[in-house]
Amino acid sequence: MLLSLLVWAALWEAVGQAKLSSIVPPFSSVVEAAIEIAPTEKFRNAAIITLRSFALGMGLALAIGIPLGVAMARLKGVGRLLGMWVNIFVSAPISALVPILMAVVGIGETTVVVTVFLFAVFVIILDTQVGVTHADRSLVEMARSFGARRHQLYTKVLLLSALPEILAGVRLGAIRGVKGVVIGQLLVAIIGVGELFELYSNHFLMEEFWALVVVVFLFAFAVSEAIAALERRVEYYAASR
Amino acid sequence: MTDAIVEVKGVGKVYDNGVEALRDVNLAFPEGQLSTLLGPSGCGKTTLLKIIAGLIPHNAGEVWVKGKKVDGPGPERAFVFQDFALLPWADVLRNVAFGLELRGVPRPEREEVARKYIAEVGLKGFEHRPPNQLSGGMRQRVGLARALTVDADIILMDEPFSSVDEQTRRKFQEDLLDLLRHHQKTVIFVTHSIEEAAYLSDQIALLSPRPGTVSKIVRPAVDRSRSPDEIRRDRGYLDTVDDIWHILRQYV
Repeated sequence: MLLSLLVWAALWEAVGQAKLSSIVPPFSSVVEAAIEIAPTEKFRNAAIITLRSFALGMGLALAIGIPLGVAMARLKGVGRLLGMWVNIFVSAPISALVPILMAVVGIGETTVVVTVFLFAVFVIILDTQVGVTHADRSLVEMARSFGARRHQLYTKVLLLSALPEILAGVRLGAIRGVKGVVIGQLLVAIIGVGELFELYSNHFLMEEFWALVVVVFLFAFAVSEAIAALERRVEYYAASR
Repeated sequence: MTDAIVEVKGVGKVYDNGVEALRDVNLAFPEGQLSTLLGPSGCGKTTLLKIIAGLIPHNAGEVWVKGKKVDGPGPERAFVFQDFALLPWADVLRNVAFGLELRGVPRPEREEVARKYIAEVGLKGFEHRPPNQLSGGMRQRVGLARALTVDADIILMDEPFSSVDEQTRRKFQEDLLDLLRHHQKTVIFVTHSIEEAAYLSDQIALLSPRPGTVSKIVRPAVDRSRSPDEIRRDRGYLDTVDDIWHILRQYV
């Protein structure tokens, strides 16, 4: 994986040095720009606002998505009522809704939080539902035969059984959440990383612009890898189900 | 004959899709004995066992356990599953102790009980293995230990040896009889193997298929004080196998 990154960085460097396009500066000057902007207050503020919106939106998506997914799997009525909508929204272009959100909740951080939430929540609901629906039926029977109460059935069997699917949903949700935070901020355009993107591209500061892109990509990659590492830890039992 | 600890009176079951699985089943299971439900696939024997366990509801009739009418699971019954139903994320120790864990028994206490039964079923040393590192036979021993740990009077076994290879199965059957001799349990056992039923049972209920109902009750005249190999050559054992085959042949 490291090798592949090096190859692409080298290629980028070559294209940049060849000065084929003013939009693509050499990779080395992008890195320089990254080092330059990272300690500035403007960047730090943008990072804090962005991380905060992301964390809030993801937190909401988890807090609502997982219970809703479980409810859809366990209660026929809820599943029927919401199933179609979740399936529509999971593939719908949520970005198109952001301008409407701005009109409803105002232009500010709240809009971004809601955007992150909407980007992330549906895939989390869907995967949780699939995981709980496919939870081993004989494990459920086993727990019942040994006298499991309702809450024990959920905490000791169903959720653990669905954990591999739930984590997959959380990982996909987090990746979408990163997109959501950037798109939200770009459309709102006056806060966080979105503001910086606007600033850099309007002033044609391509080194800084690309540095920001790389930082955002790295962040998304790190989040997804962290969850993937968690997934690998539960994989050994997912395989044996 | 001893008193019946479990009684099934006029039980009927029709599934949601309209299939009638059981009709007017009447059976008494004597205390401290091993009774087998035997019949071809689709005769509703597992359905009947799960109705007795309280895992699926019945449409007609009554199930009485220890003098009380039941319509759900209870602590006096423990189930051993055909597919083992072990928690894949938990080790042997936690799986065996799971019944007690659900009852809120503190951890040191339930693990002590679990260790005792793990040793009894011959799995000492495997306490901290996850189920996917165990063979089918060993997994079912975990399932059996889990059922013994909750100290139920009645153990319900749903084709427990069907996914276990033949050699392991024989050894397991012998160990099961041995264990039961020491623990005074009532066992209700579902199988489709005539030899298994004749070898293990004090009482065999033959079920006819579609809808399942009791066609005959056989009590094998087998001298259980003899060694396993002697039993398998015993006249009474062989005659029982023959008798049952003659009855079941008309259903297949």
